[in-house]
Amino acid sequence: MNDDNPLTILVADDSATDRQILETIVARDGHRVISARDGREAVEAFERERPDLVLLDALMPNLDGFGAARRIKALAGESLVPIIFLTSLTDTDSLVQCLDAGGDDFLSKPYNRVILQAKIKSFNRMRAMHSTILDQRDQIGRHHEHLLQEQTVAKQVFDNIAHSGCLDSNNVKYFLSSLAVFNGDILVAGMRPSGSMMVLLGDFTGHGLPAAVGAIPLASTFYGMVHKGFTMTDILREINGKLKSILPVGIFCCATMVDINFQRQRIRVWNGGLPEGYIRRAGGDPPEPISSTHLPLGVLSNKDFRDDLQTLTLNWGDRLYLWSDGIHEARNPEGEMFGDERLKQVFLDNEDPQQLFDEILDRVQEFIGKGERNDDLSLVELLMDQPERVNAFAAEAERRSRSSLSEWSMNFDIQPSSFRAFDPMPLLLNILVEVPGLRQHSGKLYTIFSELYSNALEHGVLGLDSALKNTPEGFAQYYELRQARLDAVDKGYVRIHLHHSTDDDGGCLRVRVEDSGPGFQPDQDTTRHGLEQSGYSGRGLALVEKLCDAVRYMGEGNEVEAVFSWRIDV
Amino acid sequence: MSSEDHRTGEKPDHTQAAEPASAAHLDREILQTLQEVMEGQFPELINTFVNDSEERIRNLQKALATRDQESVRRQAHSFKGSCNNLGAVRLAELCQVMEDGGREGKLDGLEHELVNIQQEFSQLKSILNTLTE
Repeated sequence: MNDDNPLTILVADDSATDRQILETIVARDGHRVISARDGREAVEAFERERPDLVLLDALMPNLDGFGAARRIKALAGESLVPIIFLTSLTDTDSLVQCLDAGGDDFLSKPYNRVILQAKIKSFNRMRAMHSTILDQRDQIGRHHEHLLQEQTVAKQVFDNIAHSGCLDSNNVKYFLSSLAVFNGDILVAGMRPSGSMMVLLGDFTGHGLPAAVGAIPLASTFYGMVHKGFTMTDILREINGKLKSILPVGIFCCATMVDINFQRQRIRVWNGGLPEGYIRRAGGDPPEPISSTHLPLGVLSNKDFRDDLQTLTLNWGDRLYLWSDGIHEARNPEGEMFGDERLKQVFLDNEDPQQLFDEILDRVQEFIGKGERNDDLSLVELLMDQPERVNAFAAEAERRSRSSLSEWSMNFDIQPSSFRAFDPMPLLLNILVEVPGLRQHSGKLYTIFSELYSNALEHGVLGLDSALKNTPEGFAQYYELRQARLDAVDKGYVRIHLHHSTDDDGGCLRVRVEDSGPGFQPDQDTTRHGLEQSGYSGRGLALVEKLCDAVRYMGEGNEVEAVFSWRIDV
Repeated sequence: MSSEDHRTGEKPDHTQAAEPASAAHLDREILQTLQEVMEGQFPELINTFVNDSEERIRNLQKALATRDQESVRRQAHSFKGSCNNLGAVRLAELCQVMEDGGREGKLDGLEHELVNIQQEFSQLKSILNTLTE
């Protein structure tokens, strides 16, 4: 807005002479004039025309200048409409009355044209400034609204990731203040395929977006790995490495991670930098602390990262409490912190463990009183309960039974035209590493598969005698013969049958390899020694026996089964 | 003012007679500024003032007759404002006396002041008329 812009100016004066003089002065400067003969007319004209500035005589019939000024200011709302009182009143009380009524300035009679022009200009500058301030205020308001909107959306995105697990399980109680994610607190919980529950409470250093940014990779890594059955140390290492690489120096995540095994009534804990949590035994013993024994996540490189866990026995009915430092640092109106002692006292005072969670929150809120609201508060209670009473446990069992991966089998036949060029190992291994629990055994599985396959192909389908390989010349001859027969082969098959099943502690993979060859008659007792003596197998089979729980021959001796078991907790 | 008189010495006699009288009635400086501001509309303004003033005087008469002291104060106050704007200093002074009387509730004797106002106004009117001719 330019202060030379023509304005619309309302002139209200009951004296025709004075009105005419003012109208002329104002119009000469290029402004548009609206006239009113008394206060009532002035208010009506204001409503109708919304002038930018008002020149108002103090004493007028009907409604005087004071009353008119009050109404006009009310009508103008938050926009600035300067009112200049036209007056020959000179006593202090009258002038104060003008200002009280909302007047911004005076112009005394006789009117001075130069002063009036200067005042109009000055008030117009003020109006422009006022409207700029209003615009900026509105803009800030809109930005703020936008920011809140974005935070809400971000929170939704975050919740979709963070709450994809089992935080709603009936053995979990938690409190996270509404925008805790922007204060850097994160809580995730998920079930492993084995039915144990993993929970991680984290507190990123800093506030706002930088603190929230790390929470998303943490949560997605956590859930991605927990559901696939990775071990706690694997998950901690992965999260640590990821945070270390993405977060700037000085931003890290204090965290406690717990793996709850409901069947064995046992927990494993890793605490890096969070305040010590407490175990509240069902029996009512004093709280047992779970102290931090590690550096926070995202500080050390994975080479220096320490992943040793504390293993504790928790009986059914025992409870574990974790919190971020928000509880300790909650302040009362005097600025005093809630602190460790008060927290411990809540535990000592507690009679009914079921009420403890609420008691902690109540006690903290009571302490804060009318002090500043604490937005940083995160609290979790984890109940060790009988597996059948934990609904997340049941849900996981249900999920596992629905998932074909808990028990599955497949047949894979290799036909003659493929023998020459096709190596089935990479294909089969690709499938197997996608099976939770088998990935970490891919090396062993490769050895087992390739030995069994080459035995089936070379001795079964191609009919080669491994005895040939006993001498160096025979070795070369063996491979010449192998190539010749491969080139010529036009019938036969190798059939690979896989069967995989899982239980609470791990799983079992059965590999059966059958070939179209004539087979052989193995000893009834297929010990390792017996197999080697049979002359059928090479040295490789001894290795297979070593890697597997059992290897046995079936049918005409053209079928071999190897049993490979794996465990979750290694 | 007197130097101006000499320069305008060729004007008719009645002007010379009016000048000393008008000095007491009118602030020439204010009037001149007003003339500059109003330009061609100056005669119209004078006309407005005259009509306005006649109405004010009638209103004052009415207010005094009904002994409405608030109305006396207001009418005299507004009249005074217009007079000041026009530079009618003598008339403004008389209005002030009237306004004070109204404010203080001393209406007795104000009829006499109103007569003074009427006399002053009629003199002023004739001076103003000469200016707009």
